[in-house]
Amino acid sequence: MTLDSVPKEVIFSHDMPAKALDPELRKAREAKVQIATISLCGCWGCNLSLLDTDEALVDLLDKVHITRSSFTDIKRIPGQIAVGLIEGGVANDENIETLEHFREHCDILIATGACAIWGGVPSMRNMHGLEACLREAYVDSPTRPVQSAPVVPHHPDIPKLTKKVYPVHEVVQIDYSIPGCPPDGRTMFKVIDDLLSGRGFSMPPDFNRFD
Amino acid sequence: MSFTITIDKRKVLVDEGCTLIDAAADNGVFIPNLCYTRGKPCLGTCRVCSVRVNGKVTAACTVPVQPGMVVDVNEPEVAEMRKLLVEALFSEGNHNCPSCEKSGRCELQAVAYEVEMTASPFPYRFPKREREDAADHIFLERDRCIFCQRCVEHVRDEETGQAIFAIHGRGTKARIEIDVGLANKLTPEQVHAAAELCPVGCILEKGVGFEDPMGSRKFDVKSLRRRMLEGETS
Repeated sequence: MTLDSVPKEVIFSHDMPAKALDPELRKAREAKVQIATISLCGCWGCNLSLLDTDEALVDLLDKVHITRSSFTDIKRIPGQIAVGLIEGGVANDENIETLEHFREHCDILIATGACAIWGGVPSMRNMHGLEACLREAYVDSPTRPVQSAPVVPHHPDIPKLTKKVYPVHEVVQIDYSIPGCPPDGRTMFKVIDDLLSGRGFSMPPDFNRFD
Repeated sequence: MSFTITIDKRKVLVDEGCTLIDAAADNGVFIPNLCYTRGKPCLGTCRVCSVRVNGKVTAACTVPVQPGMVVDVNEPEVAEMRKLLVEALFSEGNHNCPSCEKSGRCELQAVAYEVEMTASPFPYRFPKREREDAADHIFLERDRCIFCQRCVEHVRDEETGQAIFAIHGRGTKARIEIDVGLANKLTPEQVHAAAELCPVGCILEKGVGFEDPMGSRKFDVKSLRRRMLEGETS
């Protein structure tokens, strides 16, 4: 099922009628730099790392407004925004759609963490092949109910898995990458703060971590 | 005998017969490398120490210093080329740092930090090379091997001088092999030395692992750059 085929009377959560924001609050928010975050095929650990900036996050929120993210539960990026943080690799068609939505709406797109950069733990399935993984999980699984026929889940609403897990930069253009599994909170803060302050992106050796 | 050479527009005094990579380190200029070990014969396999010598790009570990030599180390174009060489190594094998025991002690990882690599622009290959665990005290995680040949040249049987490790096959089919009989004759200290000599997490000691917590590991405590500039051999 595609979005176009959804009946007109269906109302999405982001289209729900809501009380209008206080004009001053809205103005203050619009004056800030708009940021969005998402996890594709990841564990949300990189998003947690952003929260791990602790009290620095309070200072950061004076300068940025977080739009679409797991923290705000907003499902669509409203208009064009400055920075998008992508966590996780590309493992299904929904990931591709989300990633393209981010690329379309973000001026700067940053890959965060090992999964977004090279596929990470999910990409370990690339060495075995999709069929072998699904067979192991649903057909030959020792915990499968023996009385039922083996079924690999399939439904039009379940995103189709890609044959391999891809780094995000193999699907869309990525501007910068923050390595780590997950990246350190202070590294995430440094990159965002550098960009906000016009210093540009840099990853000196004492900030760079791959694990 | 000493004479002067120019490194990054700075005149430095070097000793005759010294290798360029060592001469640079002695004068505070760090050149990253993965196959060279100070005090051991040069291998010249990884090319990560590539610099520009008198206008031509060459591996710094293969060049003895000559009077009047003009060397560019940190010139942007050469530095970018070294970075690309490291990035190519990351896409060629399976360098899964979060799940690797060598993380924090791995020279490939430490060199990647030094060249400020964040992501490899090359398509990741995800090669499948079977793990070898036949030796009593050594695991061989083949998909992490970068074919530097340090183990091939420097780890040998003490009695016969025979090589214990060898590279089998060519190109994408190349893989590291181990002589199980000779490897089983190695003492625990020699096994440890072989594992330490490996610049990646390919040669691993059986029965030990994750000895130091994050933050206290070899390159957490002191960076590769500082170790090399202070003349540490490994």
